[in-house]
Amino acid sequence: MNTTDSRPAVRALRTRGGLSIRFAPRAVLVAALLLAAALAASVALIGTGDYPMTFADVLRTLTGGGTEAQEFIVHDLRLPRVLVGLLVGTALGLAGAVFQSVSRNPLGSPDVIGLGQGSSVGALTVIVLFHGDPAAVAAGAVAGGLLSGAAIYALAWQRGVHGYRFVLVGIAMSAVLVAVIGYLLTKANLTDAARATVWMVGSLNGRDWSQVWPLLGVCAVLVPAVLGHGRSLRMLEMGDDSAYALGVPVERTRLVTTGAAVLLTAVATAAAGPISFVALAAPQLARRLTRSPGPNLTAAASTGAALLVGADWAAQRLFGADQLPVGALTGMLGGCYLLWLLHTERRAGRV
Amino acid sequence: MLVDTSPQTSNAPRTAAAPEAVPRGRGARRLAGLVVSTGVLLLVVVASLAVGAKQIPVDQVWHGLFHYTGADADVVVRDVRVPRTALGLLVGAGLGLAGTVMQALTRNPLADPGLFGINAGAAAAVVSGVSFLGVTSLTGYVWFAFLGAAAVSVVVYALGGSRGATPVRLALAGTAVTAALNGYVYAVQLMDTAALDRMRFWTVGSLASANATVVRQVAPFVVAGIVLALLLARPLNAMALGDDQARALGTRLTATRVLALLTVTLLCGAATAACGPVVFVGLMVPHVVRSFTGPDLRWVLPYAAVLAPVLLLGSDIAGRILTRPSELQVGIVTALIGGPVFIHLVRRRRMAQL
Repeated sequence: MNTTDSRPAVRALRTRGGLSIRFAPRAVLVAALLLAAALAASVALIGTGDYPMTFADVLRTLTGGGTEAQEFIVHDLRLPRVLVGLLVGTALGLAGAVFQSVSRNPLGSPDVIGLGQGSSVGALTVIVLFHGDPAAVAAGAVAGGLLSGAAIYALAWQRGVHGYRFVLVGIAMSAVLVAVIGYLLTKANLTDAARATVWMVGSLNGRDWSQVWPLLGVCAVLVPAVLGHGRSLRMLEMGDDSAYALGVPVERTRLVTTGAAVLLTAVATAAAGPISFVALAAPQLARRLTRSPGPNLTAAASTGAALLVGADWAAQRLFGADQLPVGALTGMLGGCYLLWLLHTERRAGRV
Repeated sequence: MLVDTSPQTSNAPRTAAAPEAVPRGRGARRLAGLVVSTGVLLLVVVASLAVGAKQIPVDQVWHGLFHYTGADADVVVRDVRVPRTALGLLVGAGLGLAGTVMQALTRNPLADPGLFGINAGAAAAVVSGVSFLGVTSLTGYVWFAFLGAAAVSVVVYALGGSRGATPVRLALAGTAVTAALNGYVYAVQLMDTAALDRMRFWTVGSLASANATVVRQVAPFVVAGIVLALLLARPLNAMALGDDQARALGTRLTATRVLALLTVTLLCGAATAACGPVVFVGLMVPHVVRSFTGPDLRWVLPYAAVLAPVLLLGSDIAGRILTRPSELQVGIVTALIGGPVFIHLVRRRRMAQL
């Protein structure tokens, strides 16, 4: 979108067989840099904790050359946490990009339209009413997220799903769900209430391999599926009629991508709790960094991963190991960053 | 509920500043509607005095109000039900008007104290007071909630508002502030379980802990806010036409904006301080009211001031009945009622109006 730049913002790569692919150099570069940042933050995060390790130590251990103690710490304790962080960040960033693109509104992200709250209601029901174990809580969170997602889609449906209606229905749902959360919290005894609050902040503390595998499985299927719809989503942003004319199956695209995004959000929330703001901020940041139109799916996913792991690393360094859950920090940092962004954009006259 | 009296809203949209063009019959109908609404409000007030864990017949209520003898029923009416009902009236009117003014000021149909971070500001200030300064009484919360609400509304409006604001920008600023403050609230609650224990009852929004002191504390603010809001109807009407048109009609934009912001802060701050964050009243009432008064704020504001307390007190009564002898907090009931009504409105209306 940079019109003063003499280089073309979008290029095409052609092969001799007549195949061609369109790409924006800046977007590709930004996505690669973000991915690198996410990986660097992951290595730094593995090296952080009560038993600090240097960057080189971590890399050597990951490639199989560490001492026995280092192996144990990295493979059994810290690697699962980092992987959960990366996957959750990716899932939330991608889901946020899909929702914001489908609703054509930056506010149409999972934390605003009530998916996180739906998962919270599911999890809290298990915690407060059934005193369930962590696996049952995760199952409750997935069920709650999926149910609320289906309900929002069904209620917003009226010969197609319109952006504003989707967001408004979502906001209404989320307000109702917040009330249910409040009710469950007042019904709980203090121990359960504290446990529920910890869960609701969203945290990566004490995650192990049993959380990694389901998350990895879901992401392995859904992330490529959503990325494959990137082109259709970009067309959809031009309006339903134009998209139809260009051969995009509008409602099917919307249903498939939204369904995948709901599932990604639900699974991510089940693994780490409703971590606020990543899904809202990551696509916005990605769009401003790549300066390219459309949903920017790859960049948004990498931004989400970098944000979440970076925030977890910062929380560990600033407040000590496992003191502050990452969800509290993403909310504070992401919120402040967005405010700063709005402020500078206004001063620069770009509204 | 008061939803389906509005076949006339599908007419061509009338501009807010040209109410003279409205046919005479409509003005009379709106006046009659206001009288009927006031009657409904009176009925709800009486019901709120009578219904509860202990049922009190209406003649007993009368007795307790005007011939106080100190009998059990009299005490309940005077010391429990009257402050609670009075607080419900104040908070309801405050939230309804705050939502209306906010939606007019920001030209944003999504404007709501909750969405714009004011509830979060109040909650953050209260949790700071509870955790760091050892505040324990409801009367202590009030001032903190007030400060927090005021600070946040200024910050959100300064960042997302003023010149060139779009609805989405303003809502983004509100969401950003909410996220930042919620992170802070969660962090404090996690490190201080005692604060969590107090806060979890405050954050659902309840009238149950009302007493005469709280009513006396918040009443001046709410009344001042109501007067200001009603006075602002005309300039805000003009601003609905756009900044340039409003200036051409002689509206002082900056003064109107500052006063409207002050109004919202007074009303939301006092309401949230008194009974915790109650969602949906401020968002829903203006939408419902507009659907049968049209967009003229000189009608919308009085209607909102009358009907919002009906909604709040009605929800409170429902909460007392549903789970008797315990209670469902009013904030929960308003959300449970408001959600479906709001979704219905969203589905029924043409989104062009947004």
